[in-house]
Amino acid sequence: MEIKLTLNGKAVAAAVEPDLLLLDFVRAQGCYSVKRGCETANCGLCTVLMDGKPVLSCSVLAARASGHEIWTLEGLQEEAEEFVGFIADQGAEQCGFCNPGFVMNTIALLRENPEPSDEEIKAFLSGNLCRCSGYEGQLRGIRAYLDWKKGVREDGTGL
Amino acid sequence: MLSFNQYVRARSLEEAYTLCQKKRNVVLGGMLWLKMQRRSVGTVIDLCNLGLDQIEETPEAYRIGAMVSLRELETHEGLNAFTQGAMAEALKDIVGVQFRNVATLGGSIYGRFGFSDVLTLFLALDAKVELYHAGILSVEEFLNYPRTERDILAHVLIPKEGRRTVYLSMRNTATDFPVLTCALSGQGNQYRCVVGARPKPAKVYADEKGNLAEGINPESAAAFAKDVAARAEFGSNLRGSAAYREKLCEVLVRRAALALAEESEWR
Amino acid sequence: MEQAFKTVGKPVRKKDAMQLLLGKPAYVDDITPANALVVKVLRSPHAHAWIEGIKKDTALKVPGIVGIYTYEDVPQKRFTMAGQTYPEPSPYDRLLLDQRVRFVGDAVAIVAGETEKAVDKALRMIKVQYQVLEPVLDFRTAKDNPILVHPEDNWKALCEVGADNRRNLCASEESGDGDVDAVFADCEEIVEHSYHVKACQQAMMETFRTYTEIDRYGRLHVISSTQIVFHCRRIIANALDIPKSMVRVEKPRIGGGFGAKQTVVAEVYPAFVTWKTKRPAKMIYSRKECQTAGSPRHEMEVHVKLGASKEGKIRALELYTLSNTGAYGEHGPTTVGLSGHKSIPLYTGGLEAHRFRYDVVYTNVQSAGAYRGYGATQGLFALESAVNELAERLHMDPLKLREKNIVREGMVMPAYYGETANACALDRCIARCRELFHWEEKAPVRDMGNGKVRTAGVALAMQGSCISGLDVGSATVKLGDEGFYNLIIGAADMGTGCDTILAQMAAECLECPVEEIQVFGADTDASPYDSGSYASSTTYITGKAVETACEELKGNLCKIAAGMMGCADTDVEFTGDGVRRLDGSGFVTRSEIAQKSMAFNQIPAQTTATHTSPVSPPPYMVGMVEIELDKETGKVEVLDYTAVVDCGTPVNPNLARIQTEGGLVQGIGMALYENVTYQPSGKISENSLMQYKIPTRLDMGHLQVEFESSYEPTGPFGAKSIGEIVINTPAPALAHAIYKATGVWHRTLPITPEKILMGLEDE
Repeated sequence: MEIKLTLNGKAVAAAVEPDLLLLDFVRAQGCYSVKRGCETANCGLCTVLMDGKPVLSCSVLAARASGHEIWTLEGLQEEAEEFVGFIADQGAEQCGFCNPGFVMNTIALLRENPEPSDEEIKAFLSGNLCRCSGYEGQLRGIRAYLDWKKGVREDGTGL
Repeated sequence: MLSFNQYVRARSLEEAYTLCQKKRNVVLGGMLWLKMQRRSVGTVIDLCNLGLDQIEETPEAYRIGAMVSLRELETHEGLNAFTQGAMAEALKDIVGVQFRNVATLGGSIYGRFGFSDVLTLFLALDAKVELYHAGILSVEEFLNYPRTERDILAHVLIPKEGRRTVYLSMRNTATDFPVLTCALSGQGNQYRCVVGARPKPAKVYADEKGNLAEGINPESAAAFAKDVAARAEFGSNLRGSAAYREKLCEVLVRRAALALAEESEWR
Repeated sequence: MEQAFKTVGKPVRKKDAMQLLLGKPAYVDDITPANALVVKVLRSPHAHAWIEGIKKDTALKVPGIVGIYTYEDVPQKRFTMAGQTYPEPSPYDRLLLDQRVRFVGDAVAIVAGETEKAVDKALRMIKVQYQVLEPVLDFRTAKDNPILVHPEDNWKALCEVGADNRRNLCASEESGDGDVDAVFADCEEIVEHSYHVKACQQAMMETFRTYTEIDRYGRLHVISSTQIVFHCRRIIANALDIPKSMVRVEKPRIGGGFGAKQTVVAEVYPAFVTWKTKRPAKMIYSRKECQTAGSPRHEMEVHVKLGASKEGKIRALELYTLSNTGAYGEHGPTTVGLSGHKSIPLYTGGLEAHRFRYDVVYTNVQSAGAYRGYGATQGLFALESAVNELAERLHMDPLKLREKNIVREGMVMPAYYGETANACALDRCIARCRELFHWEEKAPVRDMGNGKVRTAGVALAMQGSCISGLDVGSATVKLGDEGFYNLIIGAADMGTGCDTILAQMAAECLECPVEEIQVFGADTDASPYDSGSYASSTTYITGKAVETACEELKGNLCKIAAGMMGCADTDVEFTGDGVRRLDGSGFVTRSEIAQKSMAFNQIPAQTTATHTSPVSPPPYMVGMVEIELDKETGKVEVLDYTAVVDCGTPVNPNLARIQTEGGLVQGIGMALYENVTYQPSGKISENSLMQYKIPTRLDMGHLQVEFESSYEPTGPFGAKSIGEIVINTPAPALAHAIYKATGVWHRTLPITPEKILMGLEDE
């Protein structure tokens, strides 16, 4: 069947099998950041934004995404770059396999709630599993970014 | 993996209903549970273009479309005020935000899953389902509605009856399925206590012995909890044994009753 | 011995950090062609069966199916999939496909096709006729059971490990020191119990996966998510019965390993398909396969007997470990050793005698492998629980009890192959952790109301830093245009950051910024030999090889520079930026030396060094946990976990901290909810991340990690290891805290809310 959607700001039309999952569709379109970590909608590795909301692309049909706007990390490099350096400064990326899903969901969090508390960060990201980092370094990284951002807002330097 | 060879976005509930009469066809909710099934079906029917993604409020009720996501319910200010936060409490532990953005209310209720937090809360709220063909049924009646009736769940109605509600669950890990769920709502001296994940689907237990008739205090709450735990049937699965669930039930019901009393006092 | 370092000891960013965080293609499935043949395996529904016949003709007719292979199609020489140095201690007990299937999930047939749909369809259409046999499912009944898991005549053990397939024994041994029975007879206090740890899953986020193709020389080129490229080459060649020279293995970025990928799990199947069809092939394990046909922790039951004086002097220790290797023997003979050898030496202090015995048995469940901690985890849960129980029985502060008995710097450890603790800050770790955690405040049981109590628990741990007398690490350092360096290794960075810490060491030696070191690894054709990344060895062994290679390279660069300046190489010195004449009369830059090295030059501007070690210096640590326990539901909330680690010099404190935090959280999961249960058929119930619950970020409380450094004289820049030890303290520390809250010792993991509540009821 034919689907038409916007992927990372570009119109894409494609012929797909009706039961193709959005996850496999975006990977076939070259968006390799989107990963599969389970078959049971538990890990959060496949998170993409659909009409601005974070969703599990393993559980959305490509067909259902037709007519919608999809963003993957490939399309949000600049927005991601602003804060992922703070994760790198903690060494919390580790193996990296969960990073794209985690980064996408963090982008969604910060768009919705630019100044989250630690508890709000943990709750929003609870569907993003990570087996390497123990999560604490990811939290430190986000916190460091938010502090920097606050500094930028307050005195323009971020220092 | 679910496999199928046709996908249809229904243009009307009538079209969806007609397509759905074929046993090989299936209606899509959030597709989270459906896609894990190893089966092959004919046509999947998507209700996403039927405007069922709205939460409407009237003086009598909330009318919620079947395609409204769990996340929208969780963050809906009106519903949370109306349920004293029980809505968010019941939904926040379900896997993760990305999951709840995909999961739908219709799918959650229609599935009548044993583990369902949603079913537990909506039973306590005495919600109704609006089926395209059969019309309005209470969620309680819908629980026993034959699955062979291939109807379409279009809306869920929450009557605005001035209930106070408390929701509690026990989970082994934060975002796991619950070991037991418990929702308690009170309207004057009338209480609806719902216990779910028994692991069979949630069920309503009224205060048959009038334990709470004279008001909720530590003693009456304990007596009520004991009574509910004795009446409810429990089973075993990976998350807990029947014996453990029975003990949990007594604890959660008692805590819910006391929380309800505290909440009323505070109000 | 401690020195000030410029790059070592600094929290530099991981070399691949930004690429990974920005989601660039880096893993097997991102960088290999999408149109490779899809390879899947048909798996046995029975725990033990004999294949009487396989009908594959209709399945072969499915459009797009390229090949279906069964036991009749594969080489008949047995091998092991364990990534270990040859001759492997793990028995040669596998065939690629066998007529006897030995667990639910064992491989029955390999299917290769053009699309996943075609392969899935074919899998459903293969008809297998099984003669179902009675399985051995309970590992306590496996030894000398009349039902044999490996009755075959061509089973063989290459090493003397006490294996006997006629007794379901994969390994068996006894060791000790002193007259244990006599000392026990003289002890006032005896603590004696059995402790049970399940076959927990590594659950790395990237499942097992491998791509294979025939390269332009006609050789088998394997790109795999593996920790052990060189062992992998040997094992694939063994499995396919082809010359080792015909195989090349490389690894891209790895999405986590934790030991899982120290076993060849997925590689042999696509390799076989490619060798047969000469077409590119790919196998991506599903999560379900990972959970049911992977390489999890060895289930162990450890029986501890501890003898002490009433003043709390631990005088004698005896451990008997029964280990369940499952259907195949990968890592069976070796993991078990650590349950005693890396627990007993902690109490070298006053220990007069010890004995350690073990049996490793075959059963008809999923084959175990290597998982972070590698047996030490199981042994330490047992021993540390017993020590905590002694403290409670004597009404003695468990930290004071430790201080009386622990190993200290300079002590000879009879239970650790007679090695001397050259670098040991365990005493300082305890003191620092006590202060940081506020032990005195948090240890007492405090009633919080509403049925909840708070209290704390503690445990110590140790590990090794390599396999002594065996592991080999190598590094090549090469000067390139404009004076940058290549560092080429055969060790595998699986997210741990070894590429970066090895580059830090090179930068330290070569006196340059770490950015000027470009790291490559690992590829069997291009990398110098390395046993691989396991046994906590990369920092300690490969690190030392890097140090040596750099020193040798500096010598060569001085020679080239001396030639350029027309003086003797004794008249110059390396300055980092270049080489200068000692008398100040000349200087050539690194860039100029690089240029010279490429024109009319016969002094290599590259060196390779290899390192090995006769000793394996243990890192040490202490972990303390504060919990809140709901006595009405049994629920445990982890509030705070504080750990202080002695890993020698932390080469990169950020990465060492994250290693520790990650290990702690895995340990918390193992202690409280990661469970493996078998249905009566032998099928594993926890076959997905929906049923096998690993911790989320809402489940681990707040973590605090510090380092108390010692200086290991045999390690690079004083370093020991960090990767594995960090998983060992949570289980015994949590069991301790739960005892204090409830009065019940839990000796089987995981300690679920149900067990806690039901345990309270029984009291």
